[in-house]
Amino acid sequence: MSNELNEHTGLRESATFDRTTMAEIRRAAETGIYDIRGFGAKRKLPHFDDLLFLGASMSRYPLEGYREKCNTSVTLGDRFAKKPIKLDIPITIAGMSFGALSANAKEALGRGASEVGTSTTTGDGGMTAEERGQSKKLIYQYLPSRYGMNPDDLRKADAIEVVLGQGAKPGGGGMLLGQKISDRVAQMRTLPKGIDQRSACRHPDWTGPDDLAIKIQELREITDWQVPIYIKVGATRTYYDVKLAVKAGADVVVIDGMQGGTAATQEVFIEHVGIPTLAAIPQAVQALQEMGMHRKVQLIVSGGIRNGADVAKCMALGADAVAIGTAALIALGCNHPRYDEEFRKIGSAAGFYDDYQEGRDPAGISTQDPELSKRLDPVEAGHRLANYLRVLTLEAQTLARACGKNDLRNLEPEDLVALTVESAAMARVPLAGTCWIPGQSF
Amino acid sequence: MKTFDLTQNTVRELNQALHDQSGECMEREFDVFSPHGQHNIACGLDQNLSVNIMGHAGYFCAGMNKKATVTVHGNAGQGVAENMMSGMVRIKGDASQAAGATAHGGLLVIEGNAGARCGISMKGVDIVVKGNVGHMSCFMGQAGNLVVCGDAGEALGDSLYEVHIYVKGHVKSLGADCIEKEMRPEHIEELGNLLSRAGIDEDPARFKRYGSARQLYNFKVDNASAY
Repeated sequence: MSNELNEHTGLRESATFDRTTMAEIRRAAETGIYDIRGFGAKRKLPHFDDLLFLGASMSRYPLEGYREKCNTSVTLGDRFAKKPIKLDIPITIAGMSFGALSANAKEALGRGASEVGTSTTTGDGGMTAEERGQSKKLIYQYLPSRYGMNPDDLRKADAIEVVLGQGAKPGGGGMLLGQKISDRVAQMRTLPKGIDQRSACRHPDWTGPDDLAIKIQELREITDWQVPIYIKVGATRTYYDVKLAVKAGADVVVIDGMQGGTAATQEVFIEHVGIPTLAAIPQAVQALQEMGMHRKVQLIVSGGIRNGADVAKCMALGADAVAIGTAALIALGCNHPRYDEEFRKIGSAAGFYDDYQEGRDPAGISTQDPELSKRLDPVEAGHRLANYLRVLTLEAQTLARACGKNDLRNLEPEDLVALTVESAAMARVPLAGTCWIPGQSF
Repeated sequence: MKTFDLTQNTVRELNQALHDQSGECMEREFDVFSPHGQHNIACGLDQNLSVNIMGHAGYFCAGMNKKATVTVHGNAGQGVAENMMSGMVRIKGDASQAAGATAHGGLLVIEGNAGARCGISMKGVDIVVKGNVGHMSCFMGQAGNLVVCGDAGEALGDSLYEVHIYVKGHVKSLGADCIEKEMRPEHIEELGNLLSRAGIDEDPARFKRYGSARQLYNFKVDNASAY
């Protein structure tokens, strides 16, 4: 309800039953089916905006912005792998499937990542030739469905990411609705065309961390111990999950907070399961530190990262790198205002579109429609992504230099304060202007 | 023939030697002694090799096998021949759960019994089990054939896609969307070929066929109770 209406009419909108809530009740009553959508959590959550950096002053020396270097490179997976991943920037592209995304979009992600020396990641649907061809460093996801999984592609990968869950739906499987199962997607997933493709939430051939340790050994054996093995989990009981992942033999742990995106998940899942990214990082770092494995097993964090400040804050809290998904799609052109009229024709609007599961994306990204897909030029879109990644890097460097750090990984929690009690408690940094970290000291 | 004794050599050394054949094949036959249930034996093979494992194997034996013929002269642990692409894996004894999970091709023969979830999410493999299979076998099976010469446990073929299931014995219960189907001449012929390839002497006419009712292929609110 706008303030104007409120003032002139005295009408009062319910905070509990607001118009969005009422619309969902009506939709549920009309269809009898829960709402499935893409994107990520839309509710307001404690996030990186609730943290601030303490720039250098008398007690800290800053680095000269345009003269003194601030290293951004990072090596991932040197615990056991013969060929760890070396990235020029600590910002990677998260796993998104061909099927959920068009082949052009996948190619653009590979092009953009490669242009700035970072990695991209496959998804629940196997590895496409376009993606492998355009990705200098490609992480191959090993998911419960095992769609398209084969040893040849496994050996082509620069690392393997065993996916136990994702931030948008920890504990949930996947769903690719029939309208996106084209001939090529069906062939890659060994399914009939046009049917709803369900991805299991549990791996089919192992249960629990002890089995996972053996599974990781198998993947290492098949690839002759060449490439790193990541374990990705949705952020929930992060402290315990990280400990178990390290015990199971992970080279790298990926934590995806609840702001992480999805191609198609129940709305109730997206908004009500998991914990914010901000709350997950300190848990993960604590687990690694207690095991003496911080910086030895690298930590990648994803879920709602939008700018260089978010990147720098993640790293100050102890991450070795971050991964972006939704932001990368926006850089490609997702939800672009130029398509607003077409978004409105399908009941949405630019900036609001989240029905990735329907395959009608006017921007040509979350679709398998050949005509829509053509709208995305993978070369141009890839370059946009590269530009965006450069900006994130420059912004993060700017903040690190201001804190006197010549390496992004030298940022530390001591460089941060929190604006709210909630974010101070979650991030385990003091409330601004105080020495108070809720739950730790007074 | 080359021999490996896994009390003297590690699984890593064995697998590396087997993988080294994929480039230039110097040796085609391998006998592996004293496996003592170790995990990940002979996984990731990619050559026309013949590997005999003279004893029990642990988890993921012959995982992601391509082209090779692997025979376990004993029992096999969880996930034997998982994600196999081609070739043949034969288990002389029993196999634990998730045998042939997600396998895309080739032939998996289990001369004893198979545990739970045999053929889970199978994607084109042919699996022939001389004995019984456990519960939830062929769960979400996508393609290929599962032949059970004994009995099948609860919820056979739950959420099935396009796998052909043939069972000679008793089926404790069928899973969601799995139904008994007519055994037509082409199915008798298909089953006869599978049994012949597996080297199992059974009469195809004594089997029943099960497959997907295809009612869960697209989400319908009317089927909510099945989800």
